[in-house]
Amino acid sequence: MFKLLKYSLYDIVKSRFAILYTLFMVLVTVSIYQISEDLSKVSLSLLNIMLMIVPLISAVFATTHFFNNLEFTELMLAQPVKRRDVFLSQLLAVIIMLSLAILIGIGLPMAIWGAESSLLVLLAAGIALSIVFAGLAFLASVLTRDKAKAIGITLSFWIYFSLVYDGLVLYVIYSFADYPLEKATLAMVMLNPVDLARIIMLMQLDISALMGYTGAFFQQFFGSAKGIMLTSGVLLIWMVWPVLLSMRIFKKKDF
Amino acid sequence: MKAIIFIWTLALLGVIFPVFGNTLQIKPGQSIQAAIDKAESGDTLLIAKGLYQENEITIRKPLTLIGQDFPVIDGQNKGNIILVAAAQVNIVGLELINTGFSNMEDSAAIKFFDSDEATVENNRLNNTFFGIHFSNSKNMRIRGNQLRSTSEKEYQTGNGIHLWKCHHATIENNFVTGHRDGIYLEFVTNSTAIKNLIEDNKRYGLHFMFSHDNSYVENTFKKNGAGVSVMYTRNVLMKDNIFEDNWGPGSYGILLKDISNSEVTGNIFRKNTVGIYMEGSSRTTFKNNTFRENGWALKLMASCDDNTFVANNFIANTFDISTNGSLILNKLTENYWDKYEGYDLNKDQIGDIPYRPINLYSVIVEKIPAAVMLWRSFLIGLLDRIEKAIPSITPENMVDNSPKLRPYDFGKQHL
Repeated sequence: MFKLLKYSLYDIVKSRFAILYTLFMVLVTVSIYQISEDLSKVSLSLLNIMLMIVPLISAVFATTHFFNNLEFTELMLAQPVKRRDVFLSQLLAVIIMLSLAILIGIGLPMAIWGAESSLLVLLAAGIALSIVFAGLAFLASVLTRDKAKAIGITLSFWIYFSLVYDGLVLYVIYSFADYPLEKATLAMVMLNPVDLARIIMLMQLDISALMGYTGAFFQQFFGSAKGIMLTSGVLLIWMVWPVLLSMRIFKKKDF
Repeated sequence: MKAIIFIWTLALLGVIFPVFGNTLQIKPGQSIQAAIDKAESGDTLLIAKGLYQENEITIRKPLTLIGQDFPVIDGQNKGNIILVAAAQVNIVGLELINTGFSNMEDSAAIKFFDSDEATVENNRLNNTFFGIHFSNSKNMRIRGNQLRSTSEKEYQTGNGIHLWKCHHATIENNFVTGHRDGIYLEFVTNSTAIKNLIEDNKRYGLHFMFSHDNSYVENTFKKNGAGVSVMYTRNVLMKDNIFEDNWGPGSYGILLKDISNSEVTGNIFRKNTVGIYMEGSSRTTFKNNTFRENGWALKLMASCDDNTFVANNFIANTFDISTNGSLILNKLTENYWDKYEGYDLNKDQIGDIPYRPINLYSVIVEKIPAAVMLWRSFLIGLLDRIEKAIPSITPENMVDNSPKLRPYDFGKQHL
């Protein structure tokens, strides 16, 4: 397992993509720091990067990586190693690379230009979203044999979670506006990792808008120890279930 | 230093009272009430440092009470401490503690009835139910007092400075904390509140009703339970005040209900859930104010008309304005909006295209508060862009036709 992971990791870290992604992150973060005058604006701009760009790149990269390494994977499967190990080594390599890119690309400029605790939450949320979308990408990859199709499925995951789902939520909220919706929206947020990460970050950044009556309810929930436990728990489930499911399929898959 | 202040105070009182009465000294162990009963009109009573356990001290003639180095008068949690029903009474430099707790008779540390030309100056009030309570009085000066209440719940405490049916009052340099309302005025006219610091009160920092022709200048209202709430009044001047850190579901920097013909100038609204909430208010001018880091800078209800917002700074607010209808009878002009994205071809520092401070999302949130959950999501950004290109839901008349390109410089405090 570790030997496999080591080789995959070497392979991936040396790749052009890893370097480009990290450089891109550094560039974006540095320019945000240069343009914005105060830390709160920096965090808000970074929030948008975390919510949009990070999941997109994670998803696309994980899918392409899976198919680019398909031959290596098939070769490994012919060896006396567990399928689980082969699968996990590939996935973990991707996750470690994506997380490192965020840590270095965003963390380094932060260390130089200053940061506050809320920005650390931002980093953590970014890494969590990377893991979620890498998992979803692998799930899409094992579901099909075709690279293009897999990328299509991954992209639709991304569009669904960052756009369509919110549209559905808005529609539901609009339709049931006459009812108390606090708990319902809370439940709906739990069903979307992007929304969940966004709310967790917003609670650290600009909560002034969330201080109305409904906002106070959310604030109370997400601010309490129970709420934090629950949200991080749910986010953890979001990180784990696509991995488990795709591993199950991978184990039985006929290559 | 204290001696100098003391002499000055005496000198000041000498100016106020051309006829200077006798001076009597009271020491701990003696009764203040007995001394008051013995004194002639216009006398001055000097109260030496120490502890006096008395309550319901009643004054019915013009007198001056001066505390030497803050003597403590302990009301032992019974009734009022000092009751005044006379003109020209001055109370200076006392420390009053532990009044009774009664909503029936509004127990207060210092309570005036039907008085004229009263001065309450440099007193310290601790653990009192009501602090300074005036009714049916005129021409009073309330200056430099410190009022602290340590109650935990709203119903356990009364108002700090409470005026009912008074006129020509001056409330200056006071500090009020922990009370129900910091300053409460009802039927109070032609009065001024200057440079008071009103902080951490349980309900409102400032609360007035039917109090016409008053001005509020350079006061700070901070972290009060529900901010500031003023109602049913005309001709109010609010100038250079700071409304700050009033956060919560029912909390406002300032709530204006049925306020008319007034002026709100040079104030700072910072970090409030709602900077200004306006309902049924008319003909009021808002000029040179700074709205910074509020959830909503303005909630302007459709029942307001003929108000003007000119030359204000709107910076880093989540929402600039929200409203509850499509009818807009107010005027916005020459304000600076940090969210403005227009251009200025003729370089006159005024944007060439109008700014619409209400975006689609703020309309949605106003209708369905639960939608606040979607704040800063990609979808909302997209919808706002679409709405900007093809306006359909947002009220068309809520528009600033001459938005400034650069923020106004109102001085350091506004930054």
